[in-house]
Amino acid sequence: MTATTSATIVPTKPRVRRLPEHTLEIVSDSGEGAQKCGQIFGAVCAKMGNGVWTVEIIPAEIQPPPRIPEGASGFRIRIGERPVTNWGDSTNLVVAFNEQVLLARHRLEALAPDAVLLVEDKWASDEDADIRAAWEAGMAELSGQHYRIIPVPMEVECLTLVDNPRKGKNMFALGMLACIYTSDMARIKEQIAETFRKKSEQVYEQNVALLMLGYAWAEAHIDFRIEVPPAPVTEPLIVMNGNEALGLGAVAAGMELCAMYPITPATSVSHYLSEVFERFGGVVHQAEDEIAAVGVAIGASYAGKVALTVTSGPGLALKTEFLGLAVMTEMPLVLIDVQRGGPSTGLPTKVEQSDLLAAMYASPGDSPHVVLAPATIEECFHVMITARRIAEAFRTVVMVLSDANLATGVTPFPRPKLDARWQAAPLDLPPVAAGQHAYDWNEETGLSPRIIPGQPGGAYTVTGLSHDNRSKVAYSSGVHQHSSAMRSRKLAVLQNMLTPPPVYGDDQGDLLLVGWGSTKGAIEEAVDRAKREGMRVSSVHLRFLSPLEPGLKAIFAKFKKVCTVEINYSDELGDPFITEENRRRGQLSWLLRATTLVDVDCWTRVPGEPLRPGSIVDAIRERMPRGGAA
Amino acid sequence: MTIACGLLPVLQPDEHDAEYELSDYEGARARWCPGCGDHSVLTAVQRLLTAEQLTPEQTVFVSGIGCSSRFPHYLKTYGFHGIHGRALPVATGVKLSRPDLTVFVVMGDGDCTSIGAAHWIHALRYNINMTVLLLDNGIYALTKKQTSPTTPQGFPSNTQPNGSRLPSLNPLTVSLGVTNASFVAQTAEWAPAHLYATLREAYHHRGLSFVRILQRCPVYSAAVYQAAVQDPARIALLTHDDGVVVPDLEKIYKTQVAHDPHDLDAARRIAESTDHIHLGVLFRDPSRPRYEDLLRVAPRTADERITLMEAELDRYAV
Repeated sequence: MTATTSATIVPTKPRVRRLPEHTLEIVSDSGEGAQKCGQIFGAVCAKMGNGVWTVEIIPAEIQPPPRIPEGASGFRIRIGERPVTNWGDSTNLVVAFNEQVLLARHRLEALAPDAVLLVEDKWASDEDADIRAAWEAGMAELSGQHYRIIPVPMEVECLTLVDNPRKGKNMFALGMLACIYTSDMARIKEQIAETFRKKSEQVYEQNVALLMLGYAWAEAHIDFRIEVPPAPVTEPLIVMNGNEALGLGAVAAGMELCAMYPITPATSVSHYLSEVFERFGGVVHQAEDEIAAVGVAIGASYAGKVALTVTSGPGLALKTEFLGLAVMTEMPLVLIDVQRGGPSTGLPTKVEQSDLLAAMYASPGDSPHVVLAPATIEECFHVMITARRIAEAFRTVVMVLSDANLATGVTPFPRPKLDARWQAAPLDLPPVAAGQHAYDWNEETGLSPRIIPGQPGGAYTVTGLSHDNRSKVAYSSGVHQHSSAMRSRKLAVLQNMLTPPPVYGDDQGDLLLVGWGSTKGAIEEAVDRAKREGMRVSSVHLRFLSPLEPGLKAIFAKFKKVCTVEINYSDELGDPFITEENRRRGQLSWLLRATTLVDVDCWTRVPGEPLRPGSIVDAIRERMPRGGAA
Repeated sequence: MTIACGLLPVLQPDEHDAEYELSDYEGARARWCPGCGDHSVLTAVQRLLTAEQLTPEQTVFVSGIGCSSRFPHYLKTYGFHGIHGRALPVATGVKLSRPDLTVFVVMGDGDCTSIGAAHWIHALRYNINMTVLLLDNGIYALTKKQTSPTTPQGFPSNTQPNGSRLPSLNPLTVSLGVTNASFVAQTAEWAPAHLYATLREAYHHRGLSFVRILQRCPVYSAAVYQAAVQDPARIALLTHDDGVVVPDLEKIYKTQVAHDPHDLDAARRIAESTDHIHLGVLFRDPSRPRYEDLLRVAPRTADERITLMEAELDRYAV
């Protein structure tokens, strides 16, 4: 079906479709409030008991020119009757404030072939001939597809209530969505009140009036309704994005200093902490640069605290010398890297998992340290508690690799049951025992107790120079070999405390996918779909990248093929010049091959967006050993 | 008991019955070259620690990389010998989380005015209460004679054998140009009485005290301060009751300039002038805001945090 006009739609008795899941989005020019509309709708769906995963659609500029595809700003919401773990494949319904931002989504292949497109139609009769022509061309491009296009006179309608429809269309759109998805209007009004609580009663009332206007319009003109049945909420849930979860996790872990320098997409962790940290007795220090930020955190750790620094790829690059110092001096430190597309400035607002090897080998020289990757937004919270404890117990650097997908994705998860033991113990400064040194390495484990300034009898100088157990600069041979072994041994000890990762699906089969970080939901959904198609495929998801989780070789041995799925670049066999020997592989696959000697394949993409489960299913199909499918 | 940053209660030093003697602050034997000006600075610092009876375990020396950055190893206090140019961020972290500790920072001219210049400028602006010593010998010595920003124009090195091409950077004018800088002084290691008196003023200043110490490297830049050492007439002492007061020093240094260290404009003029090498306190203003005071927050116990976190989770409850 192609373009149709609102007048042709029969308002009586709309057709109700009950679906297990549905994905919608609201797109507009920057500053028209599409994101606010999406946030409110997503929150209400979650409160009604639906599974929800939301993703922000963010242009690179703050205020790009209006009506250009690159300026598309918005919000995508996938709702389900069960928990939703990823953003899905494509969008089923769009509300667009102009045809250009809609075209952007179409060209990115973000829309399902049969998507319903509700688009503001004022541009068709705009006084500017160029805009009218652009509308015609845009609609022609979209009409060639199987979309169902419904023009909506948003501005005309809104002008009956407000002088500036630019400030009101988002609430009108929210009203349409509320009608189409048969939402609980009381909850929507509640959420509007919550969202605009800092503004006046008048603002609230105007927004509700616009909401009702949109609702009424949809009721009169839209001939279908969508019901995604909510599941009863059985346990208390909270809903937030991954960066808020990291920030809240830092609070729960008892951290008291976050030293940072602004960088996308990490900064919102510190925005969150800046908002709440002082209430918890903590401080956000915005340093003069990335290097100073990690230096301040190391200084605070040296003085007895486990401090936090938050960055993204380019910042990680700048911090590397200090990271080597923290490893050498065995300073506890937690570093969050919210990964984005690279190299260089790359894709500042887009997801990628390209920092794994940079994080692993973050410093010149041998610098063994811990690398963790939360796989879900819920894990973003809990990883901080783990990270602080490991940093302190092992006197080492712990890097936490999140990414832009977790950072801006929003989903409900079980409310954490807070535990005072998660927090750092209060600083204790007992006298240092006679004969105790700065690095009394346990010869077996490499672990040593930490001495903190203020402890009587302990005055010693830590140094980035190679040093012996008394922190004395190494002038004799053998000292560097020994101290290197002590620092390295700690990782083996940590690995010894871990259990092998669980296999998702059967523990044997034709193909095992291995992932890490934010791709867990998409990979497992793809595994489920492929299994329904009869393929013998399972997956494993790693949280510990350094040290790697134990038992991988034994797990891999039960599958005919092992393949990583990652959002980073790898060469494709079959491309010019690419051979088995020179092929550059996905970063985890490189690590796994080196450690297990298993011929681990990889399927990786760098599309600047989260992986779609459907694409992973295609990759699984391609990689199934011949005759593997039932 | 006061709290800064909510990070930690200020800890009272343990009662120490006997007086600390100078030897209580002596660490490893200094390995600087014979005749190196660093020895004089170390001696003056040990004198200061003794005179002020600073608890060794409550005192932290933070340094970067370079000859002078070996400083903490030669003291018996806590020390952090870090990486090139980055002593100030480390010291900032120490002081923000542990305001009870007394913090000194020791940097060379490469450390402070070249690779770490960004931190230098911002540390002056943060004005955190610590004593910052720039041991300025006008050369990279540990790496064997390369030009530094403070190398005099025309002075040859292994990287600029025909002489340093650019006019040297003036650490005093830079420091005095930074918003919220609160203490800037200059002294020389070959005037030990003045050096000691200046360090004492710097230590007692509340805020970041920046002291440039002119310092000879007998191996690579002996000529840089040779004329000034041999001819006291090239030195001008800044005199004021609020400055450095050293009895009898005027017998050696006959040129004296009365200078009120609260007068920033005059301080900048003195810093710019090339007629003499001026020693003394150029500027001090203890009323300037200190970053750690601006960050002060109430501390929380683990239980208080849990209660507050539950309320925070309520905000996100579905």
